[in-house]
This record gives sequence, C-alpha cells and structure tokens, in this order.
Amino acid sequence: MVKFDNKEALDRHIQELQSKKEGPEGLISLCAGPGCSIHGTDDIRGVIADELKKHGLSEKYEIRLTGCHGFCEQGPVMVIDPGGFFYPRVKSENIPEIIEKTLVNNEPAEKYLYKDPATKELIVKEADVPFYKRQTRSIFGNNRLIDPNNIDSYLATGGYSALKKALFEMTPEEIIAEVKNANLRGRGGGGFPAAIKWSTCRKHEGPRYVICNADEGDPGAYMDRGLLEGNPHCIIEGLIIGAFAIGANEGYVYVRHEYPLAVANLQRALGHAREIGLLGQNILGSGFDFDIYISKGGGAFVCGESTALMASLEGNPGRPKAKYIHTSEKGFRDSPSNLNNVETWANVPLIINKGAQWYASMGTDHSKGTKIFSLVGKVVNTGLVEVPMGTTLREIIFDIGGGIPKKKKFKAVQTGGPSGGCIPEEFLDTPVDFDELTKLGSIMGSGGMIVMDEGTCMVDVARYFIDFLIEESCGQCNPCREGLKQMMAILNRICEGEGKAGDIELLEEIGTMMQKFSLCGLGTSAPNPVLTTILYFRDEYEAHIRDKKCPAGVCKPLFHYEIDEEACNGCTLCAKKCPQGAISGEKKKPHRIDQEKCIKCGICYDSCKFDAIMIR
Amino acid sequence: MEQTIDIDWQKIDDIIDRYNSNKEALLMILQDINELYNFVPPECVPIVADKLGVRQSHIYSMATFYKTISLEPRGKYIVNVCTGTACHVRGAERIIEALEDRLNIKPHETTEDGMFTLETVRCLGCCASGPVIMINKDIHGGLDRSSVLNIIDDYKDNAS
Ligand SMILES: Cc1cc2nc3c(=O)[nH]c(=O)nc-3n(C[C@H](O)[C@H](O)[C@H](O)COP(=O)(O)O)c2cc1C
Ligand code: SF4
Ligand code: FES
Repeated sequence: MVKFDNKEALDRHIQELQSKKEGPEGLISLCAGPGCSIHGTDDIRGVIADELKKHGLSEKYEIRLTGCHGFCEQGPVMVIDPGGFFYPRVKSENIPEIIEKTLVNNEPAEKYLYKDPATKELIVKEADVPFYKRQTRSIFGNNRLIDPNNIDSYLATGGYSALKKALFEMTPEEIIAEVKNANLRGRGGGGFPAAIKWSTCRKHEGPRYVICNADEGDPGAYMDRGLLEGNPHCIIEGLIIGAFAIGANEGYVYVRHEYPLAVANLQRALGHAREIGLLGQNILGSGFDFDIYISKGGGAFVCGESTALMASLEGNPGRPKAKYIHTSEKGFRDSPSNLNNVETWANVPLIINKGAQWYASMGTDHSKGTKIFSLVGKVVNTGLVEVPMGTTLREIIFDIGGGIPKKKKFKAVQTGGPSGGCIPEEFLDTPVDFDELTKLGSIMGSGGMIVMDEGTCMVDVARYFIDFLIEESCGQCNPCREGLKQMMAILNRICEGEGKAGDIELLEEIGTMMQKFSLCGLGTSAPNPVLTTILYFRDEYEAHIRDKKCPAGVCKPLFHYEIDEEACNGCTLCAKKCPQGAISGEKKKPHRIDQEKCIKCGICYDSCKFDAIMIR
Repeated sequence: MEQTIDIDWQKIDDIIDRYNSNKEALLMILQDINELYNFVPPECVPIVADKLGVRQSHIYSMATFYKTISLEPRGKYIVNVCTGTACHVRGAERIIEALEDRLNIKPHETTEDGMFTLETVRCLGCCASGPVIMINKDIHGGLDRSSVLNIIDDYKDNAS
C-alpha cells in the first residue's frame, strides 16, 4: 500500500477506485457475520467460486465476505449485484442453480427466493424485502457493500471523505458545532449530548484522549459487534474526526474479549489506515498527529461504565469511581478523556458529510438520527434493525420483525438490557427514543430489544437480570452488593413457590434504595427489570406467591404438564421424544404423562403439533 | 485435578515483549497466557510481576476480577453455553441442565478426565439460532436437550 502524505494524493487514489474500468463488474455479497457463519458461510463461498469458474465468470464477479447484513434469521444471506438479487438461507447444494439462473440466464432462481410470510409472495430484490424496506439503514446499510478487510472498498463507497472535509475545510470548533446542531446523543445508553462532552474535554489541558466503548455488555445485543466486524473504518474515521475536534493525539478502543473477529478486523483496519497515512504523524499533510490502540476487556460488564473502563485501560481491576469530576476533565491517566460508544462514533462521519441539518431531519424533537437495535427473542425476524428515532415499538416488532412466531401472543419487550425494563402490549405504540421509554420506567439503552411471548415468565426474567447483575456487580458499594443479593433471595423464593405476602413490597423498597444510593450506574439502574415487571405484571408475581402457579410454565416447582385427552390424537411423537420415557399410551389413543418421571424439560410441549400438552 | 504442564518460558517472554512490558497491558498479557494453556499457570505470576514491575498481589487481583482469566487448569474443550437474554428466553437453562447431567459437573467446573469445562457466556451474536453453545471456537445453534447431548458425544468420540 502507498502512503498518502497529502489530500490530493488520496483524492486521486479514490477517483481511480471509483472509475475503475477493469476488474469485476458484479458483486456477490455473502454475509460472514456470526449469525450466518454458524451455517457454514466458508463452505458456501468455496462452492460459489467453483461455480463461477465452471461458467468462466471468475473474472466478472467478486465474491465478497462481508459483516452482518442484519437479517440474521434468514442466514446465510447472499445478495448479487447488479440487480440486488436476494437469496436467504443459502445452502451449498443450491448454489449451482442460483449461479446458473442468476448470472448466466439473468433471471432469479425462483426456488430459492425469499417468500414474504405475510403475503406468500416471492421477493426478488433485497430492497423489496419488508424487513429491509421499512428500515433506514444510513449506517448499517453499508455493511453489505464493504469488505471489512480491504480499506479500498471503504474508500470506494465514499469512506474517509468526511475526514478530509474535517481536516481541511473545518476548524475543530466548527466540527463540534456541527455535532451539536445535529444533536448527536450518546448511543451507549445514557443519551448524553456528544458535543457537550467534546467541548468540555477540549477546554481542559492535555494530553487528551478519545476512547471508543466497544465493551457491548448488554447480554442480548450485538449491534456494536455488527459494526466493528463489518465496517471498522467508519468507527476509525469517527474517532479521528473527534480527536481532531477535541485536540487528542491518542485514541483507544476498548473491545470485548468475546469478540475475536471484531478485534481481528479492527486490528487489520487500523493497520491499513496507518499504512496509507490516515493514522500516525501528520495525517495527509494536515499537521495533525493521531493514532489508535486496541485494548481488550476481560468479560466484566461493569467495565462498560466510563470510570471502570478507564481503570481497566490503565491495567487495573475495573471498579467504578464516584464522579465528582467528569472523565472529560480527568479520566484515563488522570487526563481529559472523551468516551463515546461505537455507534456514536460511527454517526460522526455521516454528520460531517451530510450536514447537521440533514441529520436532524431524522428522528424526534430531542433524539435525532437513526438507532440500530438488536431485535431478538420470540420474534419472527431476528436481526439487526436500523430505524429513525421515534419509530414505534409496534413498527419495529411487527412490521419489521414480523411479529411473534408460532402464532403465540406478544407479552412484553425488554429494552435497555440489565439497566432497562419490560414494556407490555398496551404501550406498543410508543415511539422509541431516549425520552419516551424512560417515561415508561425502561430505557432505550444501547439498543437491545428482546421480545417475549406468553411462554416467558416475567418473574423469571427479572430473576435472570438480577442473577446477571450479582455476577457483574463489582461489589465495592453496599446498596448494590447487598441489595442485589436480597432481591435474588426473594425472587428465588417466589420462583420456588415459597413466596410470601409482602415480598413484592419488599422488592420495591430495596429497589428504590438501590436507585438512590448506589455508587455507579450499574447499581442505580439494576432494579429496573424488577420494578418494571412488578409495575406491569404484578398479577404474575401474585400468581406465583398466592396461587403457587407459574402461568407461563417456566418456574418448575410451580407447574406441570398434562395431556389434553380431547386434543391428543395419539400420534406418539411426544412419547418418542421424551428423554425420560415418562409418556405412555397406545397409538391413536390419548397419551399420559407420568408425573413422577417427568423432569419438565418441555420437549413434549415444544414438539406437539396439536397443542395437546397443557401447562397446569 | 492435578496436572503438571511444561511452561514454555520463551513464549511467555514473547508475550510480554509484544506489549513492551507495559503495565497497562497486564490484562491482555494474562489473556494471551490464558489462551496458551487454557489457564494462567501460577508459576507465571512471579515472572510476569517481575517483568512488569508490579506486585504479585496485583496480578492476583486482576486474575480474580476478570472472568476471562482462570487460575485453575481447565478442560481440553471449553463448553460455553450462551446465557444471553435471547438464548435465555429460548431455553438456555435447559441446555445447561442437560450438560450438567451428562458431564456431571456444574458451570465453571471441569470433568475428572480433564476433557470438558462447562462455562457460560453472554450473547455470541447468533441470537437467531438460539439457544447456542460454543465449544472452543466452534458455535452450534438451534439446540435442544437431545441435540446438545449428541454434540457432546461426538466430541467425546473424537477425543477417544
Ligand atoms: C454498568 C454499565 C455498563 C455500561 N456498558 C456500556 C457498554 O457496554 N457500551 C457502551 O457504549 N456504554 C456502556 N455504558 C455507558 C457508558 O458508561 C458511557 O455512558 C458511554 O460509553 C458513553 O458513550 P456515549 O455517550 O456515546 O453513549 C455502561 C454504563 C454502565 C453504568
Ligand atoms: S453500584 Fe454496584 S457496580 Fe457500581 S460501584 Fe457500587 S457495587 Fe460496584
Ligand atoms: S443471546 Fe445467545 S447468541 Fe445472543
């Protein structure tokens, strides 16, 4: 790679890339994100290469392994350009037909197209798939066009043009003003205005640092991972622009150890940026020096908290500190340090390129731009979804997410991870932004959205998060450490059928105490999952405590399975599947469950095609 | 479980050198050693402490604070069950139960024969295929009780 020591040299290189006549005309984009790779993306790539060769098309088409496209439910997904042909759930054995039809005959391979489950219509183009059509993918949409391991592919889509604009056409103050006018708020969960933090940091004497929070601790979310793996350069570009605006010469990305591919792609991307002169001394001849280093976390959720993260960066255990002084004034190495989330940084190039006015045209009064959500759980279209702020929960879960699978009923959606809460059906029309979900006792958080159906027990969900937080609390302050333990004891008791009158009130009291007196955000927000489930699903708590029943059939001591004699037609499937041999009965006659033998594993319940197994 | 291992000191030196003996990189140094042996052999602690100029107690406080570091030997196969929220609502608990029954260990424990360690991890980014497990670096999805047991049996067969 050639190092560009001035802006014009880079401009010429980009022009060359964009006007390239030789080289492949078509692009076969194959998702290699974690959700797709699990189904063997690598093998599929091999088969595609063989088929291209067979048809003499190897020179005409590039096979590009990309980061997550977002539609994980239909993985592995493949898109063929030109034409935008969309093939979901591709299998190696179908590739020959897909390649021959699409590339040789120039027609879609109908058999393997996506079928809209709602209308049963076959859909040819990616852009027409309802899951994508209703999204605004201004950040995430580039994933499928970019080879994360090739900086040229980012440059060819207009990458690093915002950096050039920032370095050569804007002053640091103008950059901060642009970010301010765009009203960019932190995507890591807090929603703090980025420009305020940036200008505070800039005001204090250096050395200053910019840091990217890629710890992604919410246990059911992977938006940041999708960006880190699929488009690392957009985060790097954001960091360089931010560093220039703030006047920092060193940057860090603190990334989860559990994301090895993200670390590898980021490392390679940093190397490439350095090689062509976008990081290092005198970037593009601007006189600005800046470099970025990676630091890996150690699997501690609390290290996502700003002061804990900085302690961890310094090589210490990640224990939060009281914030008498903000980290933007005195943080990492006791210096002014500006921390933003992955997605916050990824928004920066967009704002610089397209302007604050364009950016602020998306969203609600106080929340601008788009937000990426990780839509998971009991939902038809699991995946990563990007929508303008203010899109309603119903649009996200039903129009984009396709609703609840297996004809079950929606029960709640959990937003904001362990710091958030569960929102019931009556609030599905709430627009999602920083402020609206807070009013409901939850938070938008970093973007985790876990859909729950009637088979989810809300007491168990509350217990799940408390269990998570007990493990993750750093333990240095009393309200959080002891409060969580006590909450857990009560919730365990309730789930075991030993709940007592007054338990709900006690949970509320402990929760309020923790909110008021814990030292860091982990402790103050920890009661949210418990308090919101009590607020909206009190009857379910009462069923556990008073009637000793778990209506969802999750808490084992509080329910058993029975076979509905009317509905059972004796297909014998459940008897064959039961690992305990607890089900007996003659063929074509109603079966019975031996309660002594049953371990309530639920296999019969899940496998019965006639809904004959009942939770009692 | 007693297990003696031969530590390749050259490799330990290389790891420390890779980070220029930087104290701030202690966590990553420990992680790299952990990667090498599936745990941080206690014999390494004084050496690392000496090279970085930190106290041994500091290394122990780091190793016990961060979950990715183990001070105890672990199995050949680390079975990580995803207990992320999406996998939880799709029945991760049942997968753990099945594994506990079959392997006769609880999470964070290692089988007598040093073959399997049962661990939990939060969200592997494959929520669409939940519940999922990761054995060393391989991810398996769409599991239920019987399929997860089949997978474990395959690993057992392969090893013997
Ligand atoms: C317990 C706890 C965990 C957190 N985890 C994360 C995280 O994983 N990723 C993140 O970006 N922010 C996390 N945050 C928020 C950060 O403290 C911080 O507000 C954020 O990184 C600032 O960036 P932003 O303004 O761009 O959102 C967490 C906060 C707390 C209290
Ligand atoms: S609130 Fe919890 S995590 Fe935060 S400092 Fe206190 S004990 Fe540690
Ligand atoms: S919650 Fe298990 S992979 Fe996401």
